[in-house]
Formats: sequence, structure tokens, C-alpha cells
Amino acid sequence: MTDSKYFTTTKKGEIFELKAELNSDKKEKKKEAVKKVIASMTVGKDVSALFPDVVNCMQTDNLELKKLVYLYLMNYAKSQPDMAIMAVNTFVKDCEDPNPLIRALAVRTMGCIRVDKITEYLCEPLRKCLKDEDPYVRKTAAVCVAKLHDINAQLVEDQGFLDTLKDLISDSNPMVVANAVAALSEIAESHPNSNLLDLNPQTINKLLTALNECTEWGQIFILDCLANYTPRDDRESQSICERVTPRLSHANSAVVLSAVKVLMKFMEMLPKDLDYYGTLLKKLAPPLVTLLSAEPELQYVALRNINLIVQKRPEILKHEMKVFFVKYNDPIYVKLEKLDIMIRLASQANIAQVLAELKEYATEVDVDFVRKAVRAIGRCAIKVEQSAERCVSTLLDLIQTKVNYVVQEAIVVIKDIFRKYPNKYESVIATLCENLDSLDEPEARAAMIWIVGEYAERIDNADELLESFLEGFHDESTQVQLQLLTAIVKLFLKKPTETQELVQQVLSLATQDSDNPDLRDRGYIYWRLLSTDPVAAKEVVLAEKPLISEETDLIEPTLLDELICHIGTLASVYHKPPSAFVEGSRGVQHKRLPARTGSGESAESPDVGQSVSVSEAPPAVIPSQGDLLGDLLNLDLAPPTTNVPVVPSSMQMGAMDLLGGGLDSLMGDDSETLGGDLGGSPAMGVAVGGAPVTMPAVGGGLGDLFDLGGGVGMTSGFYSPPKTVWLPAMKAKGLEISGTFVRRGGVINVDLSLTNKAMSVMTDFAIQFNKNSFGLSPAGPLQVLTPLSPNQTVEVSLPLGTTGPVMKMEPLNNLQVAVKNNIDVFYFSCHYPISLLFVEDGKMDRQVFLATWKDIPSENEAQFQIKDCHLSSDAASNKLQGSNIFTVAKRTVEVQDMLYQSIKLTNGIWVLAELRIQTGNPSYTLSVKCRAPEVAQFVYQSYELILKN
Amino acid sequence: MIHSLFLINYAGDIFLEKHWKSVISRSVCDYFFEAQEKAGEPDNVPPVIRTPHHYLINIFREKIFFVSVIQTEVPPLFVIEFLHRVAEMFQDYFGECSEAAIKDNVVIVYELLEEMLDNGFPLATESNILKELIKPPTILRSMVNTITGSSNLGETLPTGQLSSVPWRRVGVKYTNNEAYFDVVEEIDAILDKSGTTVFAEIQGVVDACVKLTGMPDLTLSFMNPRLLDDVSFHPCVRFKRWESEKVLSFIPPDGNFRLMSYHVNAQNLVAIPVYVKQNINFFDSGSSGRLDITVGPKQTMGKTVENVIVTIHMPKVVLSANLTATQGTYTYDPVTKILVWDIGKLTQQKLPNLKGSLSLQSGAPKPEENPSLNIDLKIQQLAISGLKVNRLDMYGEKYKPFKGVKYVTKAGKFQVRT
Repeated sequence: MTDSKYFTTTKKGEIFELKAELNSDKKEKKKEAVKKVIASMTVGKDVSALFPDVVNCMQTDNLELKKLVYLYLMNYAKSQPDMAIMAVNTFVKDCEDPNPLIRALAVRTMGCIRVDKITEYLCEPLRKCLKDEDPYVRKTAAVCVAKLHDINAQLVEDQGFLDTLKDLISDSNPMVVANAVAALSEIAESHPNSNLLDLNPQTINKLLTALNECTEWGQIFILDCLANYTPRDDRESQSICERVTPRLSHANSAVVLSAVKVLMKFMEMLPKDLDYYGTLLKKLAPPLVTLLSAEPELQYVALRNINLIVQKRPEILKHEMKVFFVKYNDPIYVKLEKLDIMIRLASQANIAQVLAELKEYATEVDVDFVRKAVRAIGRCAIKVEQSAERCVSTLLDLIQTKVNYVVQEAIVVIKDIFRKYPNKYESVIATLCENLDSLDEPEARAAMIWIVGEYAERIDNADELLESFLEGFHDESTQVQLQLLTAIVKLFLKKPTETQELVQQVLSLATQDSDNPDLRDRGYIYWRLLSTDPVAAKEVVLAEKPLISEETDLIEPTLLDELICHIGTLASVYHKPPSAFVEGSRGVQHKRLPARTGSGESAESPDVGQSVSVSEAPPAVIPSQGDLLGDLLNLDLAPPTTNVPVVPSSMQMGAMDLLGGGLDSLMGDDSETLGGDLGGSPAMGVAVGGAPVTMPAVGGGLGDLFDLGGGVGMTSGFYSPPKTVWLPAMKAKGLEISGTFVRRGGVINVDLSLTNKAMSVMTDFAIQFNKNSFGLSPAGPLQVLTPLSPNQTVEVSLPLGTTGPVMKMEPLNNLQVAVKNNIDVFYFSCHYPISLLFVEDGKMDRQVFLATWKDIPSENEAQFQIKDCHLSSDAASNKLQGSNIFTVAKRTVEVQDMLYQSIKLTNGIWVLAELRIQTGNPSYTLSVKCRAPEVAQFVYQSYELILKN
Repeated sequence: MIHSLFLINYAGDIFLEKHWKSVISRSVCDYFFEAQEKAGEPDNVPPVIRTPHHYLINIFREKIFFVSVIQTEVPPLFVIEFLHRVAEMFQDYFGECSEAAIKDNVVIVYELLEEMLDNGFPLATESNILKELIKPPTILRSMVNTITGSSNLGETLPTGQLSSVPWRRVGVKYTNNEAYFDVVEEIDAILDKSGTTVFAEIQGVVDACVKLTGMPDLTLSFMNPRLLDDVSFHPCVRFKRWESEKVLSFIPPDGNFRLMSYHVNAQNLVAIPVYVKQNINFFDSGSSGRLDITVGPKQTMGKTVENVIVTIHMPKVVLSANLTATQGTYTYDPVTKILVWDIGKLTQQKLPNLKGSLSLQSGAPKPEENPSLNIDLKIQQLAISGLKVNRLDMYGEKYKPFKGVKYVTKAGKFQVRT
């Protein structure tokens, strides 16, 4: 008789039948019924309706029945909290049972019932069980604290269970220690900074002792906990390592990997010249190799971790290349990982073996794997220079197979090889060109086009080849389009006479017919470059390219160090820091490798650089995204794929016109007639500038800048600095804002110049200020009435009030502005001279001045030197008055004039100043006194500005 | 820690679920099904699958996916090791780890899972402790149970869980005291076309079957322990003794257990017991190919190689095979494209040969890939690494046990490239 019978009852009246059986008088029938209920539960059927009937069976001497009821309770208590209370008494009674296993079972089950009302009753039994004389009960209770914490964290803290748990770390029984550590680790995950696992040498010693005696699972918890400790010095580090190394021989692979983590981390602190360091390195290899003969899932996790380990310490596995050789029936996820590690371990010593293997893999069945193998050959060529030639010939052999995807991958990697070793293997280009037609993947097409463009001068029919691609230009992917554009421009610069038409064709395709902004922008850039200064164009487009670095796909060193601290965890499988993806762990602490101590070595351990072979430059991964130069220089391996909706551009200029002028210098004498034929005017710049809608004229923006300075009037003697650019066009999608502040007739104004450097019309301007120190705010809307056409500048004067919201800024005179137009909202900040706020009625009565001067404590006085000022005291006084700095009194002592001056700010703050001017001495001394001393600095700046301008 | 476990059969039915914390809807398995579909072959399903709120860590054993759900950062190996333990426990309890066996014993399964984890923390994973808690089903017992109404559940409580030797219960009694050890070695190797060894290593285990009364303390020593490159031990083995004297000293668990596993990867020590001469050709025209394979003994240390089986995964375009074997039988499955040649014993006098033609799908291009050969074999009374047990001593008990050591060498992942 088997349990499968429980699966067969699916009749409608099932529940009623079970109900009757559960309430049967016969013990046996009852038990059978509970079994049926459990069976239904395991397959996901809802049997919660039977709750009261099942709970009634709990009061029994039969241990099996009791356990079955407990199983049921754990599953359904949540949905029937009121009924669950019925079970509480039995639990509490069982917690007092003379048999430790019953006590443990009761406290364990109670913890699994996730009902608030029950947890309240749990506290007392749990407290007793945590101090139970029997270790089995204590160890069960330790886990129960974690359960309770999961249900009600506050309760656990209030009841002091955390402290009890911490005490259990020093328990005499290793199993109790292990479970306490496990429970604390789990609780700590939701309290990242709680310092729950406060490790000190004593607790570490306890843990290391328990490590030897507890179960395999306990060992994992303890090792993971140890890994969080930072030893005080290299000796402690070594002694911990010595006690952890035996774990490497454990049959449980999780124990092994956790031990590897501890060792990898603590090794960092050992001096490299220490004998023990070498011994440890040797001890690490065999267990890692053994992990690879385990089941494929274990292998996968091991390989992901080994990938990190070989990046950090390649010396550990450098002789173990062969264990990474791929077997044909490995699962694909294992194959791909092995391949990756093979490349990392490839060196001059083993490259022959590696290449032979890779060639073997390239004829496998699995397409993904074959592709990666072909790529790997290219990576070997780039990594091990001595092997480059062999790699290239292997790749050529593979191209001869004519297997489509193999050829394409080969071409992609050969492009990288060309970049690494320029002018060495170009003889193979002919072979590559033969396969042009079979390329149907964008990456391969782009690579081939790059090769044709780059070596255009060596390929006789480069123009024909590129032209053939151009036919289907619009059907190509962006990557190919960009590459084609660049390649043709290169070709044109190299062979201008024959490719005139081609380049015009591609430029017009890119700029006029494409709605991809990247393509259009690049088209325009080339176009302008070619038309204004072909020589410069040559320098830019055909510039020497930086060599690509040898190591690829390296993990960034700081991330690598963090991941080493997380060996064996999910983070190590995903190669991402835990903070990047682990839910539930709120604010994970970043772990760091400990710094080496002792033996005078600096914290920046030299082996980091050596082992990972990072040069000063950050390792450039082959697809160098984000490298603007590289991008322009035509590395379109990973183009942005976003397609921004395009503002219709009304380019009216013919292509001929734009190109016309520029050709002269490029083509020398012959071109004059050519240029004429094209109908272009030699005065390109003018022609462009006159067109209604064009690109910004090159000189235009600059000119604008200079013009602006002159345009500012010196109203009422108030000094206002020339306009400066506050918002460069680059940061504001083509809108450039420059401006200055001025006080005119008692009104504060900001004079703005808005320039449209984009190619589309801008409208709907508006302005807003952030809260600032003096409550400056626009007194009216920003008056830009007509739409701002491209390349047009509008001058606006915006009156400001001082009644806006106030917030102290740092620095005091900082003003944050937001400007909006039809395109976007832009933010910038600028500083206003504080003299802007000096009001016209700022002249103080002499008596009041004297009294106030005395009244302000002397610690509020600040002194400044104003150098190189050649004004007489009267002239200075006049000049200052223009900016509302009023001279209250003047005193002359021998050759020294002393001006006593008063200033009132818009917010009513008075500033008193004493300016000492010595005849013949260009240095003035300024003493400022104010109840708000922080303004003194800015007052001084205003003095200096006013006096010197 | 481990949150939930779903058992899913080959057809994609979830036939068992167990939650150790709150209940997680089985809809979480949809992410697994998605990954499974993407992977194609069940062996290729990635072991760790990320979903928006959980991680699914799975293993595939005996046509069952064991899918565990975790929510926080838990070492994946910890979970995988645990799942292996669950699969082994089913095997141990029911004699097979199959959907039918699990369904037949669903209540025991449920009780077992409940004992193995508490709140996701491993509780009792040792077979002997579990067997004390929950008795494995036997035909006799289930008959007796139905008659007398007693249960599978042990009325005695597991004393082992409290002891410092958790793997052994007290009060073990046998009338015949015996201790048998099997040294089993598997050769993992890759040979290239010409028969040269590309890579070879030996994975060895020492499995024990110890039925001894009381608390025996055993010491097992080898003739040549330095042969072993890496060893992993059952927790009962005293590591210090191994470190210092290279002997295995332990109080054994009761019954069957794996005492140690080891690894020999010094290439020159790995003898290759057979050689394979093969020639598999596909012709450019005529949609056909030829196959010619000969297998012969190589370094066998004077022993006979038995149970030799050659397995070849043919390219997809191979429709049928028309071959003659001088020894043994061959089958070709046109659906899975697997050619199996069961040779049997290898003798020096007559080398077995398999020869004939392959017919390909007409019109299809000739296959690019070369099929690899997988070799299975067995050699009795030989540990190919040369490892030999020296002696076994028993302390702590007075009786004299029967002792025995058996050696066997098998092929592990033994592949010949073509």
C-alpha cells in the first residue's frame, strides 16, 4: 500500500469525507486522514477548510500523528490565525516535556507558525529553551530566534534575544555555536550596521574550535562568518589560515569554497616573501581542480569563482590549464565558462596547447560555443604576442571552412588583431575580402567595412567594395551605417580623386535620408570637417589609433577585490557586488580585502598590479564604449541603439555647395575646375551663414561671446561685470546662456543673452530661481517673444525682486537657476556680486554709525587688503557711491585718509566699513564690521571689483 | 536560507512543493520554465536563475528538476549540495529517485524534508540519523503496519543527533562483524585523433560498507598514499592523522558511506587502458559516409578490460548506419542520433572492429563537426593509479571482523576526438 492513493481522490465530496474521517474515534483512521490531508497539501490543493478538525488531532501521544499535525499547522496557521491559537497550549506544554527532542520539536514548530498572536506566547518558552541544559534544544532555539526575527524583529530586540544569541557563540557545544552564527548572520543581513557579529580574537578562537567539530553546514556558516573578520596583523592572519586549510579537504564543496574565500582574503595580509604564503598558494590549487570533477551545477558555480580567483591570483592555477579543457558532453554553461578561464590562463608557455584545443572546439556542434571559441583564438593572439602569427593562420584555416558563423566571428576578431598589431598581418586582407558576400551579421559586416576603410590604400577595389555595401544603406543596422560612413570618408581622404561621388552619396544618405541622430550628427561632423579644413579632417579621421590593451573583459580591480570577499556567494556567480542585486539585504556593506600589514609593505599591495597585469591606464576592453575619440575614429562595436525622434531638419543646402570650397586644398591644382563644376562658392562660411537654417557657423558662437561684453551699459555708475557664459550650449542641447547682474535705478536686473546653437527653433522660454540667501526671484516672466531661430541671439533683461523664499546658500551669493524651453529644462548656477543688494538709502547717520561700530563686537570685524589701487580717496569715495556704498565720514591722519562707510542690504542688514588709503601706497586696508559676519568676504569682493573697474 | 523546494518532472508538472518559511506561490516556477525552454536540453538549464524577487537554484537528477527558491544571499553551492543530499536521500530510502517513488511515499518525503531543514537551515542530513527518525519503507514493514496499525515513525528518538559522533548511533549490534572497502577509480580523459592523450586524470573514491558492533575505531593505511593529489574525507576521518602520517583514522558510520574521494592528475601516472583507431568520413557527394573503428587493449597491467561500450553522437544529417561488428552488437537510434556499440570483453588475440557505411540525408551539406567517441569500460581488481590498501586495524572493540578490499577501474568521461 503506497501513498500514491492519496493523489487519486479528487472527488468533490473529498473534504467532507476527510472531515468525517478526522473526527473518527479510531486512531488509525484519524492518522490515515491526516496523511491524506498532508498529501493534498503537498500537491498544492487547498485543504485549509479542515483546520479545526486537524488541530483537534494534535492532543495525542502518538508522535507521528503529532508531527503530521505540526506539518499541517505550519502550512495553514497563517490563513487561520484565530484557530491557530487553539494549538498554543499544546505547544507550551510540549516545551516543558522531559524529553529534549519533544521540547526542541515544539519550539521549532512554534517558530514556524507565522502568526503574531502565537509569537507572543512563544517568547517565554523560547527564552527557556535558549538556556536549556540540552545542546540539541539550545541549537534549535538559536534558529528559532532567526525565525522570530523574520516575523517580528522589534519583539526579538525588545526581549533581548539578540544578546542571548550572541552569548551562544561562546557555547561549549560546536553545533550550538554554528547555529548561533547562522542565525546571527541571517539577522545581520537585515541590519547591515548593527554590528551583531562583533568579532574579536576570543570569539574567533571559539569559532575556529567549533569549526573542527560541527557539521558540514555549520562549517559553512562559521567560515562565512570568519571571512568578515579582519585580523589585526599578518601573524593572526596566518594562524587563522593554518586552522582553516584542513577544510579544503572536506567532501562538501560548499565548505571547500567557503574555506577558499577565507584563505583568499586573509592571504592578502601575508607578506609575499613568507614561506607560508607559497605553501598556501600550492594548497589552494588541488581543491579547486577537484571541484571541477563534481556534478555540472557545482562545476558551474566553481568555475564562476575560479574566474575571479585567476584574475586575482593567476599563479594558483597557472599549471592547471588542462583541467579546463572542454568535454563534448559538458553542459553549455560549463563549456562557456571553461573557455573563458582558458583564455585567462593562456600564456606563452601553454599557448600551443590552448590553440590546438580552441581549433578543435571551432568544429563543435554548438553554435554559441563555436563562436566563443573563434573569438577566444583572437583573444589569444592579442594576449600572447608570440602566438599572434599562429592564431592568425588558425583563423585563416577556419575561414577556409566557409562555415558562415565561423567566418563572421573570425573577421570580427581579425579586426581586433589588426588594431593590436598594425602593419603586420594585412596580407590576409585579400582572403577576407573573398568572404564579403557571406557576411550577414551586423558585427561582422561592420568589422569588414572597418578593415576595408582602414586599409583602403592597399585594396585596389576598395571603392567598389564599399559602394556595394552602400546600395542597401537604409537596410543596414546603425552599427554598419556608422562604420560605412566613416570608412568611405577614410577612403575619400586617401583616394580623393576617384571617390568624390561616393563620399557625397554617403554624406547625403547619412544627413538627409536618415532619421538616426547619431548617424546624422556624425555625417554633419564629417561634412563640415571636409568642407572647412580637409587637412584637419585628415588629421582627425586618419589619426593614429591607440593600441588596444591585451587583456579583455577584466573585472575592474576594486570590484574584483570586493568579489573576492564574496567568493561562493551569488555575487560571485553574477560577478556583481551584492548591493547591485540582492533584494532583502538593505544596504549591504561593501567588503574590502584587508591591507597587508607588517614587513613594511604599503597598503597598495604590489601584487594587485602584477597579478592582474593592469598598467597605469585602465584596461581597455576591446569594445571601447564611451571613448569619444575611439568612437569618432570609427570603433562602432557597440553603437547606442536608442532612436530619438528627430526634429525635422529643413536642410536646404545642396550637398555640392557644402563640399565645394573645401576640396581645393585637398586636391591641389586639378580641383579648381572641379570645385567650380560642383557649383560651390569658395566662400563657404559666408554661404552657410546666410542660409536660413544651417549648422551654427563655426566662428559665430565665439564672436557672440566677444560682442556681448561691449553691449552692457554702465547705468548710474553701478558696476556690473561683463556677461559670462553661465550655461554652455553643450550642456543645454544647444541653448547657450550668458548673463550678468546689474542694478539700474534701484531695481535689480539680470541681463541675459540667449543664443540658439542648435539646429531647431527654440520657443516657450521660462525661468525660475531656487531659494537663495537673499530671496532673489524673477519679478516677471522671461520675455522672449519671438521664437529663437538657430544661431540667433536674443538679449533679455529680467527685473528681480528680493521677496522670494530665503535659504542660505553656500557660497552666500550662489544662485541656482532653471531655464525651460520647448526642448527641455536646464539647470545652472551663477554667483552675483553682493553689491547688487546695496540699496540706495544706505547712508547712515554719523552718530548712529559710531554707536553701531562700537556695538558690534570686535570679533565680527574682518580686515582685507585691496592691492594695486591707484585712486585718490575722493575718487574712490565717488566710485563707491555709484554702487550705493556711502561715505559717512572722512578723517585724515597725516598721509592716511580714513573713509567710514555704510552699506545697507536689501534684507535690512547694515554693513559698516573703514577704508584706509595711504597716499602713495597702492594698497588699501579695508575693515568690515557687520552683525552677519559671513557677508564681509563678499563685501570685500565687491569693493575690489568696484574700485578696479 | 533555503526558502522553498519544488519538484518538477520532465513534462513540466510541479508534483511536490515544500516551504520552510512562508509559502511562495508556485508561479515563481514560470521563470524556471522560461529558462528551461531557452536551454532546450534539460542538462543545459543554468543552475542559478535570477527572477525579480527570488533566485532559483536547481539541479536535474533522474529526470526530476529539484528547484529551490532563495530570497537572500545564500552560497549557491550550499544549496546545490543540499539538493544533492535530498536526491541521495530519496535514493537511499526508496531505492530509486523517481517521480513514482516520491509520489508513492509522499508523506515520508514530506517528513524527511521537514527533518532536513528547519527554517531553511540544515537540521539532520545524515542518513543514519534520519533513518532513526523516520523509518524507510520496506514491503514487510508496510504490511505489518497495515495489520498492526503501527507507523513508519521511529518511537525511539535519534540519539545520534546529540552525540559528538553524530554519524554513528550507539548500541549497534551485529552477529557477523564485517568491513568492506571498494576502491573505485574513474579515468577522465580526452584523446585526440592520433590517440595522443590531451588530458587525463583519475577520480577515485573509497566506498565503505562497515557493519561492526559497538564503537570501533579503524585505521586504514595505503601502500602509496603520496600518489593522491587532492583528497576529501567523510567528516569522520581525523584530518590531523592524515596530515602527519597519511593514514585514515576514523570511527565509521554504520552501513554504507563514502570514506574518501581523491584525485590524481599527474598526467604520466594515468595509464590509458585502451586504444581506439577510428576513421569516420563523410563524402561530399552521394550523401554517404564511412565508419571504421577498432578498439584494442593498451596499458591494462595484465588485467582484462570488460564492458567496453563505444558511444558516438552522430551529426544530425546521419539517417542510418549499415555496419558490421566483428564482436558485440551495435544499435543506431535515428532520433537521438546516437550510435552505441556494445563490445564486451577485450581480448588480445582478436581486436573488435566496427565497419560500414553511413547514409546521410540527401541534399544536405556534409556535416562540419566531427563526432566524438565516448568509451565505457571496466577493469576488475585494478586501481589504475596503482593505489593499494596496506592494512586495516581496529581498536576499541575486542572481536575480530571480516575485512575485504575490492578494486575496480571504470571509464569516467573518456572521450576520443575524431
